[in-house]
Amino acid sequence: MASLGALSAASAPAAPVLAADEAPNPWFDPSYVTDNWDTIVGHLGQHVRLTVGAVLLGALIALPLALLARRTRFLAGPVLGLSSVVYTIPSLAMFAFLAPFTGPLSATTVLIGLTLYTLVVLVRNFLAGLQGVPADVREAARGMGYGPARLFLRVDLPLALPAFMAGLRIATVSTVALVTVGVITGNGGLGQLIIGGFNSNFYRAEIVTGAVGCVLLGLAADVLLAGVERLLTPWTRAVT
Amino acid sequence: MSAFGEAFVYLNDPFNWTRTGGILDLLVQHLRISVLAVLLAAVLAVPTGVLLGRSGRGAGAVVVLSNVSRAVPTLALLTVLAVTPLGFSETGTVLALAAFAVPPMLTNTYVGFREVDRDVREAARAMGMGRGQLLTRVEFPLALPLLATGVRTAAVQVVATATLAALVGGGGLGRIINLGFGQQDQGVILAGAVLVAALALLTELLLVLLSAAVTPGPRRWPLHRVRAPRAGEPEPTSSGVPM
Repeated sequence: MASLGALSAASAPAAPVLAADEAPNPWFDPSYVTDNWDTIVGHLGQHVRLTVGAVLLGALIALPLALLARRTRFLAGPVLGLSSVVYTIPSLAMFAFLAPFTGPLSATTVLIGLTLYTLVVLVRNFLAGLQGVPADVREAARGMGYGPARLFLRVDLPLALPAFMAGLRIATVSTVALVTVGVITGNGGLGQLIIGGFNSNFYRAEIVTGAVGCVLLGLAADVLLAGVERLLTPWTRAVT
Repeated sequence: MSAFGEAFVYLNDPFNWTRTGGILDLLVQHLRISVLAVLLAAVLAVPTGVLLGRSGRGAGAVVVLSNVSRAVPTLALLTVLAVTPLGFSETGTVLALAAFAVPPMLTNTYVGFREVDRDVREAARAMGMGRGQLLTRVEFPLALPLLATGVRTAAVQVVATATLAALVGGGGLGRIINLGFGQQDQGVILAGAVLVAALALLTELLLVLLSAAVTPGPRRWPLHRVRAPRAGEPEPTSSGVPM
């Protein structure tokens, strides 16, 4: 009955007491993070899995496409044109297009959608890298008796590596941001926290945790890939 | 009935278009939010880009801004602004979308004005042009193609991202998709997807034609040239971030 008394007191015009005044809703709340650590790590894991999966799948499909587009020049136009159309489709619509085929509540929908986007970035950058390999260098390697496989691994790949890595970095960072939209299917990684907090009566600590987590994850992935690039291309450091 | 059949039926029902809160209402709201966001971003980004580009300074800041903005999910900013005192107004959505429209416009304007040939500037000055004339009659026309690309990229991105506002109680065509997922109605999901994708593609097409029309000189259709990215240098973006 105490609550009823409080209610009638609140409705009295003399002392209007709002519920919002009583429940603090801070933007940053370390206790939220410590109390819900397991949930956060679970969503973080899904976020990482979806990102890594999409970028790896995208790279595996993009490399043959880029090689094909370089070999046959007339294919390069359609491949790039089609990829820019894919890029224009909003992610929410992309997931919606895929939902009838892969299930509206499955992570596959998100994975395929994200892979299509990474594909677009990667094909462009892979093609740019491959086209940047000087023709006479390839000619010389062929003259030295390099077969197609060795030509790719020993000549094309090292020379195109900076462009490849730039593509991978852009694709990874934008995928980390995009995973959040997967929340529409219930598989949004840290996006689940953002929308979950929004739906839990605008719980700011949860929203901020999700948002900051996404940004940190994206930047960490970028730094990691930059480190990998430095390790893989020791010769670029010797010049300067 | 298949999802396609249901979507077809949904889109063919005039009532779904004309009722209050129907497709037409949502479309008008979607476009209003998008236009306001693009205008706001242009007011901020274009003068800054012109100033920085003409002086040739601030390359690092432009690169950092465009890289960091890529890592911030639009959904996060939309949600954060929705729980501020701005609340569920369209203002919050417009501000969030404008924030993401600034980097592509700024980068392209910056590069456009910076890449104006030094000799051309020199010649114009030797012909007696003042600073104002130099800007309006020489630098602006030369930078216009990239400026237009920046505005187009940003606008398409804004139209695409405005869809996400529906996830946090905002308006626009994204509501149909959100509703479809909420009801697990595949016809509505697909119908919403068709509408949103068509709007984004139409915006892209319209702006490509528009920028080709306003660009002086011989007609050059915007074919996507592939260029190798250089580290630490702002490069013009012809396709934004997928959103």
